[in-house]
Amino acid sequence: MRGAEALIKALEYEGVKVIFGYPGGALLPFYDALYDSDLIHILTRHEQGAAHAADGYARASGKVGVCVGTSGPGATNLVTGVATAYADSSPIIAITGQVPTRLIGNDAFQEIDALGIFMPIVKHNFQIRSSKDIPTTVRAAFEIAKTGRPGPVHIDLPKDVQEEEFDIEENPIPAKIDLPGYKPTIKGHPKQIKMAVNAIMTAERPVIIAGGGVNIANATEELLKLAELCSIPVCTTLMGKGSFPEEHPLSLGMVGMHGTKPANYAVSECDLLIAIGCRFSDRITGDVSSFAPYAKIIHIDIDPAEIGKNVDVDIPIVGDAKVVMRDIISHLLKMYRESGRELSSEGRREWLEYLESLKRSNIPKMDYDDVPIKPQRIVKELMDVIEELKLKDRSIITTDVGQNQMWMAHYFKVHLPRTFLSSGGLGTMGFGLPSAIGAKIAKPDSKVICVTGDGGLMMNIQELGTIADYGIPVVVCVFDNRTLGMVYQWQNLFYGRRQCNVNFGESPDFVKVAKGYGIEAQRVTDPNDIKDVLKEALLSDEPYLIDFAIDPAEGLPMVPPGGKLKNIIDPVRERPRERIPCFQEIKRKLLGDSKDRSIPQESLQDLNSPVEKEMY
Amino acid sequence: MGRHPKKEELSTHIISALVLNNPGVLQRIAGLFSRRGYNISSITVGTTEIPNMARMTIVVKGDDKILEQVVKQLNKLIEVIKVSDLDVNKCVKRELCLIKIHTPDESSKSQVIQYTNVFRGKIVDLSQESLTVEITGRSDKINAFIDLVRTFGIKEVARTGLTALMRGPKVLKSKKS
Repeated sequence: MRGAEALIKALEYEGVKVIFGYPGGALLPFYDALYDSDLIHILTRHEQGAAHAADGYARASGKVGVCVGTSGPGATNLVTGVATAYADSSPIIAITGQVPTRLIGNDAFQEIDALGIFMPIVKHNFQIRSSKDIPTTVRAAFEIAKTGRPGPVHIDLPKDVQEEEFDIEENPIPAKIDLPGYKPTIKGHPKQIKMAVNAIMTAERPVIIAGGGVNIANATEELLKLAELCSIPVCTTLMGKGSFPEEHPLSLGMVGMHGTKPANYAVSECDLLIAIGCRFSDRITGDVSSFAPYAKIIHIDIDPAEIGKNVDVDIPIVGDAKVVMRDIISHLLKMYRESGRELSSEGRREWLEYLESLKRSNIPKMDYDDVPIKPQRIVKELMDVIEELKLKDRSIITTDVGQNQMWMAHYFKVHLPRTFLSSGGLGTMGFGLPSAIGAKIAKPDSKVICVTGDGGLMMNIQELGTIADYGIPVVVCVFDNRTLGMVYQWQNLFYGRRQCNVNFGESPDFVKVAKGYGIEAQRVTDPNDIKDVLKEALLSDEPYLIDFAIDPAEGLPMVPPGGKLKNIIDPVRERPRERIPCFQEIKRKLLGDSKDRSIPQESLQDLNSPVEKEMY
Repeated sequence: MGRHPKKEELSTHIISALVLNNPGVLQRIAGLFSRRGYNISSITVGTTEIPNMARMTIVVKGDDKILEQVVKQLNKLIEVIKVSDLDVNKCVKRELCLIKIHTPDESSKSQVIQYTNVFRGKIVDLSQESLTVEITGRSDKINAFIDLVRTFGIKEVARTGLTALMRGPKVLKSKKS
C-alpha cells in the first residue's frame, strides 16, 4: 500500500469523514489517493481558512478536525489557524506535505522546516520518514490531540513517503497506542476533593468561574447540578460561554475585562472561588494582586501546568472537569444525607440576594432606535429572532475578534455548550467566517451565524468563495463600522485619543463583494429592518451576508488592562476623525518635493572609474 | 492578601530529564526554556541504560516560580518521560574539561604536569609548544585549575557542562504521575 493511501485509511479508522485543505506539489500523491476515497474534502481558498474550519469543526462537534496544506507556504499559511487552536485547546490534526526526504535540508523549492515552525504551537508534532510508520503515527496523533487537555497535532509528510509502498499487514493500525511519556490525569486526588467539598460547605459567598475546560469536558450537566445543589452563582470566561445556561437565575454572565458588573463584583467579593477549566488569563484576572482578594481558591484543571501559573491557589485539583465535579457532587450528596444539614446558611442567602440586586440594577439597555444602528440592538434582535424561529437548540454562533466579539460575549445569552465559538486565547481576527464553515459541516442541521466585523471579515473574506461554491448556508452578520473598533477604543481611552491607522474608509461594498461571489446580501441601515432581514437570512437555506451599518462611536465598558475588576470604565463615544492619506501625499513624503528625478552624475562617473574598467 | 506569585531570588537549578531519543527532541526542550525567557547555562545529553532514551542535564539560573512552570511544561512534552529538579546538595555533579596550555619550554611543561597531578587531571596530548590536560570534577574545581594555569597562556578550553545524578539508590525512571 502507498503511504498516501495508508494515511487516508488511518484517517478513516479515526472516524474522520471530512477534511479541509488546499493541495500543492508536495501533496500530489495524497490528493491522488483522495481521488479514490470516500473522504469529503472541502477546498478552502487559503490554508488559514482550512485550519480555522477544522478548528470550528472540532469546537462544534467535540471531534478531531483535520486540515491539510502543502509544504512551504502551505505550511506557513496553516500556522495562524493551528496556533489559534492551540491557544484554545481545540483538537485538530494539521497535515503538511514536505519535500522528498532526499531534498530535506537543501532549501528545495517550497521547502520549510515545518517541524521546527509548528513545534511551539502544537501539543506535539511528527515528521514521518518511512511509510510503514504512518499507521502508528496517525493513531498516536489522534490520541494525543483528543485526550487530556486537547490540542493540535501536526504531521509533516514528505512526498516520497506518501508514494513509498509498504505492507500494511505487517504494519497495521494499532488499536491501542502506548506513549510512555503521556499519561493525563483524569481523576482528581480524593484528599483534594474532600478539601474542596469542605470549603464549599462552609463558604458563605461562593462563586464559580467556568472556563473553556467545562465545554471541552462536556461537563455542563455536572456544572448545572453542582451550582443548583449548593446555590452557587456562576460566571463564565469567554471560552466558558455555553457551559452554563445564561438565562439561569444563578448565571452572572461573563467575567473579566469586558465582563458584566455582577460577575466582576462577585469574583471581587467572594470568599470562595471555584475555577473550573479556566487558566486565569490576564483578560480574566486584571490585576492579579487584587484578584479575588477575600477568596479561598479551588482550581480544577486537567493540565497541572495551569495550577499556580498565573494565580496562587489554595486547593488545586488536577483532573478532568466532568470526573472531578461528579466526585464533588457525590461527596456533597453524601454529606447532606449524613448530616441532614440544609445548605443555604444566612450568609449565603444574603450573598445571593446581593448579586440578584446587582443583576436587576444592571440590565443592559439594548433596544436603541438610533441611526446608525447600535450593535446592542442587533444582538437583541438576533436573540429574539432565534427565539421566535425556535432555533435556540440548533443555532451556532461564531464570532470574529474585536468589538463584535465582545458585544456578542457581553450581551448575547448562550445556553448550550459548543454553540458559541470564538478565538479567545490567541484573538485571531479572521476566525469567524472559516470557523463557521467548519461548524456548519460538523452540525449540518444547525443554523450557523457568523458575527464578524469589517476588519475580521476582510482578513479571510476569500472564504466567501468556499461557502458560495459549496452552497454552505452560513449567515454572515457584519458589524460594519469601517473602524478597527477595539484598537480605536484603546487609543481613545489609553493613548489620549491619538487615533492611528484604525480607519478603513469606504471600500469595499460588502454587498457587492458578496454578490460577486454569488451570495445573497443586504445592507441594513435602519434598526427597524434588522429583524426582517435576519429572519429572511435564517430562513433561506443558502449563504447570506448582512452588512449592518453600525455606529463607529459605540464601544464597550471595560476594565483597563491590569486594573481591578470592579473598576469598569465607559468607552469614549466619539466618531473616528482619522483621515486616510492618499497615495500622492505618500509619494511626496517618500521622494521629497524635488522635481529632479534623474540619476546624479557622480554615481555614473563611479562606474567609469579606472578601477572598474580594470576589473572587467 | 496578594495573589501574585512572589518574585524570588535567582538560584541555580539542575534539571535532569529522561527523554525519548527522537530527532528534534533537543530543539523541543531548548525551545521551551527560551520561550519562557530562561537562559540555559549548560546542557548535556547522552544515551542511557534504557534503549531509545537519553538523559539531559540542564543547568539554569533563575526565578524559582518560573522554573516550576518550566518543569511542568517539560513534563507535558510527549517525548519527556520524567523530569526532576535535582537538589543541588544531594546529587553527584561532574563536568569534563579539556585545556590546551601554552608550554614552550621544559620548565613550564613540568610545572603544568605537577599542577595537573594535584588536580587529579590527565595529560592527554603533548606537543613542542603545548600540553592538553583533561580535568574532571565539579565546576568550581575546573574553574580553579583554569585560573591556576592562566599565567602560562591558555590556547583553548572545551567544557562539557555539568552532568549529574541523584545520590543514593533512588532513580529517575518511573512513569510520569
